[in-house]
Amino acid sequence: MARVVVDVMLKPEILDPQGQAVADALPRLGVDDVISVRIGRRIELTFDGEPDTEKARRIAERLLANPVIEDYTVRVEEDW
Amino acid sequence: MRVGVVTFPGSLDDRDAARAVRLAGAEPVSLWHADRAPLMVDAVILPGGFSYGDYLRAGAIARFSPVMEQVAAAARAGVPVLGICNGFQVLCEAHLLPGALIRNRHLHFRNRDQWIRIESTRTAWTGEFQAGQEVLIPIKSGEGCYVADEATLDELEATGRVVARYVGGNPNGSARDIAAISNETGNVVGIMPHPEHAVEALTGPSTDGLAFFTSLVKHLAGAPA
Repeated sequence: MARVVVDVMLKPEILDPQGQAVADALPRLGVDDVISVRIGRRIELTFDGEPDTEKARRIAERLLANPVIEDYTVRVEEDW
Repeated sequence: MRVGVVTFPGSLDDRDAARAVRLAGAEPVSLWHADRAPLMVDAVILPGGFSYGDYLRAGAIARFSPVMEQVAAAARAGVPVLGICNGFQVLCEAHLLPGALIRNRHLHFRNRDQWIRIESTRTAWTGEFQAGQEVLIPIKSGEGCYVADEATLDELEATGRVVARYVGGNPNGSARDIAAISNETGNVVGIMPHPEHAVEALTGPSTDGLAFFTSLVKHLAGAPA
């Protein structure tokens, strides 16, 4: 089996209210030098056989990410 | 006049939408998310709710449900389609409308009666309004913030496809106060507030929402068979 990891992030120009809320909470932890927090989604696709990054890319493009608001990266994860 | 109302797993407002259709003088027809057969209806409503639990993104999984193939084909053929709240999200995910709906900027679920201004009366769903008319209908959504790139927003404005705007305060941070938009041909409309909850004095803040449905009835009556 092989695992392909798809990371989905809001595009930089799209406001991330969840990330903003987390950033606003950091001073309560005494953290004052983190200037930005962005929250994304990690999706693990486990293939039966060889990892198919092209297929993973098609899945990401059509379903896992909304290209209107999100960017994604696809990579094979070794040794898990 | 048959108006299909789709029920996805997690739809909430299909009954209210069907009731609004009936009050407007048309026959509501229940459509199921797993239906593959031709729709046999004159118009379609995608109702509010949390289809497929809003998993992944609101509307992202509903978009690939079997019934949506028929809905998309019908929309492209000119059949009137109204997406309300979650239905609006489904229409954007299906690329039947441009842009996307994201988490409200203030992160709060917003549930209140909301004034909107009707900007376009040239759609299948808004012909009975006066341009500039302000109407009061409920909004209830956590992911109602409409976003699109500047070029898309400019095009929507220039082509009269901003159908309604929030007035008296923007409840979710939507770009340019957008509450509703349409496709190029005006048959497909997505709206974030809920006209189907404002069709009777007993339960709604007004009966302003009914005109969306009577507009459809009039549109269909005037449309060539």
